[in-house]
Amino acid sequence: MAEIATTAPQTVARRPRLRGTALLGTVPFFAYVAIFLIIPTLVVVIGAFAGDGGGMTFANVKALTDSYILDAFGRSILLSAVSALVGAVLGGLLAYALVTAKPRGVLRRIVTAAAGVLAQFGGVTLAFAFLATIGLSGFLTVWLHDHLSIDLYANGVWLFELPGLILVYTYFQIPLMVIVFLPALDGIRPQWREATESLGGTTWQYWTRVAGPLLAPAFLGSTLLLFANAFSAYATAAALVSQGSPIIPLQIRGALTSEVVLGQQNLGKAMALGMVLVVAVVMGMYSLLERRTAKWLG
Amino acid sequence: MAGVNARRASRQRVLRWVVLIVLGIFFLLPLAAMVEFSTRDSQTWPLLVNWPRLSGTYPDLAEGIVASLEQAGLTALLMLVLLVPTAIWVRLRLPRIRRLVEFLCLLPLTIPAIVLVVGLAPVYAWVVYFLGGSSITLVFAYTILVLPYAYRSIDAGLAAIDVKTLAEAARSLGAGWTTVIVRVVLPNIRSAVLSAAFLSVALVLGEYTIASLLNRTNLQVSIALLGKSSATMSVAVSLTALLLAFVLLLLLSLFGDRRKSTKEPA
Repeated sequence: MAEIATTAPQTVARRPRLRGTALLGTVPFFAYVAIFLIIPTLVVVIGAFAGDGGGMTFANVKALTDSYILDAFGRSILLSAVSALVGAVLGGLLAYALVTAKPRGVLRRIVTAAAGVLAQFGGVTLAFAFLATIGLSGFLTVWLHDHLSIDLYANGVWLFELPGLILVYTYFQIPLMVIVFLPALDGIRPQWREATESLGGTTWQYWTRVAGPLLAPAFLGSTLLLFANAFSAYATAAALVSQGSPIIPLQIRGALTSEVVLGQQNLGKAMALGMVLVVAVVMGMYSLLERRTAKWLG
Repeated sequence: MAGVNARRASRQRVLRWVVLIVLGIFFLLPLAAMVEFSTRDSQTWPLLVNWPRLSGTYPDLAEGIVASLEQAGLTALLMLVLLVPTAIWVRLRLPRIRRLVEFLCLLPLTIPAIVLVVGLAPVYAWVVYFLGGSSITLVFAYTILVLPYAYRSIDAGLAAIDVKTLAEAARSLGAGWTTVIVRVVLPNIRSAVLSAAFLSVALVLGEYTIASLLNRTNLQVSIALLGKSSATMSVAVSLTALLLAFVLLLLLSLFGDRRKSTKEPA
């Protein structure tokens, strides 16, 4: 007892100093994050406004309005938007199909587990999977040619261009949609449908007046997340497209790996900054919609 | 009313199976095509499982596989050493900076890997200066990449237990802070730590962007390289890598399920 009595006031007195030493425990984490996350971010942000010999310039940012870079941004946005929309609609349908199944059934568990895996499936392996399927000597290409005499590439090889990228991207967009949209669908209560029916509403009215508006923020938010996901993707496109740089991540690859044009040493950083801004705007809107979803369907 | 419900249920069943079958074909076809494509040459699979011959025939591929395994193990280790004590410490002693730590950990989600590479290039110039240019140095960048996923997992694990009470009990029995973290809190968040490590391994095994643009090698870089010379072999390796990731992540999700279901009765 006596011991406790003597030590207790001591700890109270030591408390302010301890705050400082407590912070010391987080030093390794903060130092690491500073070196490998904060500094690279600052390099991009500051580098975008730096000239070849140092000093501030807007030349890099101005160069972003060159037609080939604007085109690449446009194609990136088109690719992300289309693959996000297709992914959102098909993924939303799949999620709805799962919700109508038994909640703890085998089907739902298998599909959600598979979606979790496939949403992470991207990059080189995905590109090769599609090359094996609809590449020039791919399984489906050959089969269609031999059995139905359909030539997939009668109008040119579209696999290595924007349409091909859209198709390949949907492969990871649909599963991602299932993962992010399923919780919102689970938030819809059967009582709401019963209430609509007891008031004489039809199925059409239920979907357009009750469930649709309730799900709209979640659906839009998930679509935005899919957009950001496709917009930041690099590896799949890099493995698939070896000629030219149709989209902005591949333009950045070009800026990093090829001979640097004089006066455009930091152009890659400006393009990277442009990407970050697009993703930041999209994710900002996403978190606003997310808050609304949490309020309505939480 | 019962008739309406029965009709709706059967309509939903039809819709469910149509959606599942159509999308099932879309998702299974590329996998089936990979199997077909990789078996066109009967030598491919026997070669792939024969490590000495494989590393003799495709030295780049063997090097990539070894590099990826090393990177995956070390990234999981570095992530745990860096994140677990910090997450516990912040919860116990510095709740005020928890938001800041969370923000920093989730930040890599909003920075595309291709952007991170642009900024990492000068940092890696210093890494090369101090530690050399080995592919193993990619671990530093990968630890940042896995931070969001690992943090979420560990944070969820910590939220599920009463860290403060555990720590106070241990402290009042005379335990030092190291004992509290290593022998009291850590065993209680074992499954969260394990799933964070699993996720890290799965992510690192699939990483391509940073490795290829910093001119290092790993599994994905060597597969991409192999695709230029031997299409059949590269598809076979892709399929193997994919199945490995499937197994890892399926184990993870089963693991997560078990954690949830054991918690429910309580």
